[in-house]
Amino acid sequence: MKSPLKIIVVLIVLVGVVSWFMTAEQPVSEPSELNVYSARKEALIKPLLDEFSASTGIKVNLVTGSADALITRMETEGQFSPADVLITTDAGRLVRAKTADLTQAMQVENVAQLLPDYLRDEQQHWVALTMRARPIMYSPERVDPSKITSMLDLTESEWLGRICIRSSSNIYNQSMIAALTLELGEAQVEQWAQGIVANMARPPVGGDRDQIKGVAAGECDIAVANTYYLAGMLASDDPDQQQQATAVKVLWTDQDSFGTHVNISGIAVAKHAPNADAANQLIAFMLKAESQQWYAQENHEYPVLEGVQWSPLMQEMGQFKALSVDLDKVGAGNAAALQLMDRAGWQ
Amino acid sequence: MVKPILTTNLKPNILVLLTAALLAPLAVVLGHFAIPELAIWLHLIDTVLASYVINSVILALGVALGTLLLGTLTAWLMSHYSFAGRGVLRVALLLPLAMPAYIIAYSYTGLLDVSGPVQQLLREVFAWRVGDYWFPQVRSLPSAIILMSLVLYPYVYILARTAFSEQSASMREVARIHGYTSVKYLFKVSIPLARPALFTGASLAMMESLADYGTVQFFGINTFTTGIFRSWYAMGSRTTAIQLAGLLSLFVLVLLVFEQHSRRRLKYFQQSIVKPSTRTVLSGWRNVLVSACCFLPFILGFLIPSIQLLIWASMTLDHVVWADYWQLVSATFGLALITAAIVVLIATLFSYQNRWVASAFSRWQVRLLSLGYALPGMVIAVGALIVLGWFDGLINNVVHAITGEYVGLILSGTILALVFCYCIRFMSVALQNTEAGMQRIKPSLDEAAQTMGASRSELLRRIHLPLLRASLLSAGLLVFVDVLKELPATLVLRPFNFNTLAVRAYEMASDERLFDAALPALTIVAVSIVPIFLITKTIDNKSEG
Repeated sequence: MKSPLKIIVVLIVLVGVVSWFMTAEQPVSEPSELNVYSARKEALIKPLLDEFSASTGIKVNLVTGSADALITRMETEGQFSPADVLITTDAGRLVRAKTADLTQAMQVENVAQLLPDYLRDEQQHWVALTMRARPIMYSPERVDPSKITSMLDLTESEWLGRICIRSSSNIYNQSMIAALTLELGEAQVEQWAQGIVANMARPPVGGDRDQIKGVAAGECDIAVANTYYLAGMLASDDPDQQQQATAVKVLWTDQDSFGTHVNISGIAVAKHAPNADAANQLIAFMLKAESQQWYAQENHEYPVLEGVQWSPLMQEMGQFKALSVDLDKVGAGNAAALQLMDRAGWQ
Repeated sequence: MVKPILTTNLKPNILVLLTAALLAPLAVVLGHFAIPELAIWLHLIDTVLASYVINSVILALGVALGTLLLGTLTAWLMSHYSFAGRGVLRVALLLPLAMPAYIIAYSYTGLLDVSGPVQQLLREVFAWRVGDYWFPQVRSLPSAIILMSLVLYPYVYILARTAFSEQSASMREVARIHGYTSVKYLFKVSIPLARPALFTGASLAMMESLADYGTVQFFGINTFTTGIFRSWYAMGSRTTAIQLAGLLSLFVLVLLVFEQHSRRRLKYFQQSIVKPSTRTVLSGWRNVLVSACCFLPFILGFLIPSIQLLIWASMTLDHVVWADYWQLVSATFGLALITAAIVVLIATLFSYQNRWVASAFSRWQVRLLSLGYALPGMVIAVGALIVLGWFDGLINNVVHAITGEYVGLILSGTILALVFCYCIRFMSVALQNTEAGMQRIKPSLDEAAQTMGASRSELLRRIHLPLLRASLLSAGLLVFVDVLKELPATLVLRPFNFNTLAVRAYEMASDERLFDAALPALTIVAVSIVPIFLITKTIDNKSEG
C-alpha cells in the first residue's frame, strides 16, 4: 500500500514543480510591452489585445479583476506600478481612479473629434470604448406595451408583483439610479425606488439574464436588464436560453423625454505608466472602426463611433434615444444611489 | 535530516518575526478602525446593518448545525457498522469537499430555478403555470445553509471519523456491560469524547460560511460579506469595508477563544495501544436505511452537481482552447502545491512551540494566526497589498540610496504575494490539524522518550512524525484544496498573464455564462479528488487497520 502512494505523491510534486516553472514567467517591462489592468473579463478583452499585439508587435500582459481591487492595487504599488492602462466596465470607476490621482491625460489624436463630450473626460483622462443600454424587457403575451412609455410607469399599481430586477448591489442599477437622480432629483427617484420595491415579483436575485428568464418562465412580466445579455442569450448555444430570450421584447423607455439609461466601458492611462506610448497606441487602436465593430458583433455592445455597424440582433432591438447625462457625475453619484436604495428597502 | 532548530534559543524569535509578518496585513485591517467614517456608519446602522448581522449569524449557526449533523452521523455509522456500499463511501463521503460552495450554488440554481429543467418538467407534466404551485426558492438563506452544509460537512466528518476510530473498543465493551445501547453510547460517551474534534470541524465550517462571498452574492442574501463589498465597491469607502471586516474578525476571535477554552478543559489523549473496534454487520432494512443515510450527502453534495456541470461542460467542448486550458490546470496545481507545503511547515512550527514552550503568548499567536480563515480573501488581499507595497517602497528607497537606481516592485504582483496571502488565509486549516494531531499524542510519551535520552529532534523524527503523518498530510491536502478553490485574493494579487481555474470559472459565471464556467469548475472538482483520495487513505490506514 505504501509504495504506490509514495509514487503518486512524488509524481504529483514533480508535475507540479515542472509545470510551475513553465507558467510562472514574469513579464519584464521592455520597451515593446504593455501592461493592462482590466475589469473587463479576459474573454471579452483578450481577442482584441491579441489583435493589437499582432498589428503592432507590442506584447500585452494582462491581469483582470474587479475595478476597485485593481485601483487599490495601483494605489499600493504607487510610483513603481507596472500598470499602463486601466480598463473598466463603468464610468464611475474611471472617475474614482482619476480622483485618486492614478491617471494621466492621454495623447491620442482626434479623440475630441471622434467622441462626443459625454463619452470622455474633460481633461482626456479617460474615454469610453463601448456603450451599454438598460431598457425594459417585457412579455408580449401578458403586457400591453402601450401602457409603458417611461421607467417611471413601473411604479403603477397595475404592475404589482410583476417586476423582476436585480439587487441594489449591482453596479448597473446603481448607475441607473444615479443617472435618474441627476435628471429627476433625489426625492422623486427615492419615491420611485420605493414603488419598484413594492411591485417586485420576488426579492432581487441573480444577474440580468436571470431577470429575463424570470419573465420567460412567467414569474414576472417585466424585467430591467442590459441589452447585450438578451442578445447573448439569443446567440447562445443553449436552446433553452434562446427560447427564453425569444419570450421577451425590448421596450425603449422615455423616448419622448430624457431617454434610456446607458453606461459605458472605458479606458484610462495610468499615471506612472512605464509604457505610456504603447498605452496611447492601444487606445487609438480600440477606437478604430474595426475594434468597435468587434464589440458590436461579438458582445452586442453599442459602439462609441458613429457609423459602425451593429450586430443583426442589436438592429432588431431598434434605435433609441440615450439618456445623456454627465458620466463624471453619475460615477460620483454611485454611493448616494446605493444609500437611496438602502432606504427604499431595495435588497 | 531535520535540523534541531527548535532546540536553539533562536526559535521563538524566528516565530515571532513570522507571526509579525503574517499578522501585518490583519493589523492593517484593524488599523482602519482609527479612521472615522461616521456618516456611512450611521447610514448602515439606520438601514441595513441589522440584517447583515442577523443573516450572517443565522447562516453560520445553520451551517454549524448542518455540518455537525451530517458529519457526525456519517462518521459514526462509518466507524461502527458494516453495510452495503461502505467501501465506496470511504472515498465518496469526502468528495463534496472538492465542490466549492459557489459552484454547487451555480449548479443547483441552474437545476432548480424557476426556468430550470425540474420546474419546467413539473409545469409540462401537470400543465401548471408559475404561481399555481409551491416550489422552494433556490436562492434563499435556507438553501444557502443546506448547500454549504452539504459541501462543508467533510470538515466535521474527517475529524469525527479519526476521533471515533481512536476511541478504543474496550470503552465500548465497558459501556455495553453497563447496559448502554449504541444510541446511548453515542450520546453519552462517544460524542462527549469527540467533542473537541467535532467543535473544531464545525468552527472551520462556520468560518468558511462567514467568509463566503460567492454564494451569498449569487443568491442575493445580504450578509456581512456582501455588506463589506457593497461599502467598498458601491459607496467607494474602502475604509468602511475594512472596518466591517475587522468587526467580523473580532467576532471570529471570540469564537476561537471560546472553542479553545472548551477544549482546554477536555484533555483526552489517545491510548498508546488502541484495540480496534469491530464493526457491527447490518442486514435487512437497517442495512438499506444506513446505506441510504450515508449515500445521501454524497449524492446531493457531489453527484448531482457534478453531473449538472458535466452536462454543461460537454456542451462547450467544441470551442475550448486546450493549450490554454492545460496551462490553467498546471498553474493552479503548482500554486496549490507550493502553498500547501509552506503553510503546513509553518503550522507545524507553531504547534511545536505550543507543545514545548507553551505560554499565553504562544496560544495567542496561534489564535491570531487562525483569524485569516474567517476573513473574506479580498480583505486579506487588500491588507497584503498595503503591506507589500510599503515594503517595496522601502526596499526601493534603500537601494536607491545605495546604488542610485530603483529595482521596481519585487514583492507586489508576484507569486510570492499570492502565497503570502494564502498563508494568512489558510493557516487556520493547517493549524487545526496540526494542533489536534499534536494534542492526541500523550505528553508522557515525550517525557518517556526524553528520560531515555532522546533529543528533541530525535523525538520529532522517530516518534512525532510517524504519529503526526496523517495530521500533516490532511493539513496539507486541505490547504491544497482550499487554494484550488480560492478566488477573491487570487483575483486581486495575481501576476500578469496568470490565471487559475477558479478565476476562469468565476469570470465566466459572473458574466452569466454558466455553461462556459462548467469546465474549469469541473476541473477544480476533479483535481481536488486526488488529495481527497489521499486523505481517505490516511484516515483508513488509521481506522481500518
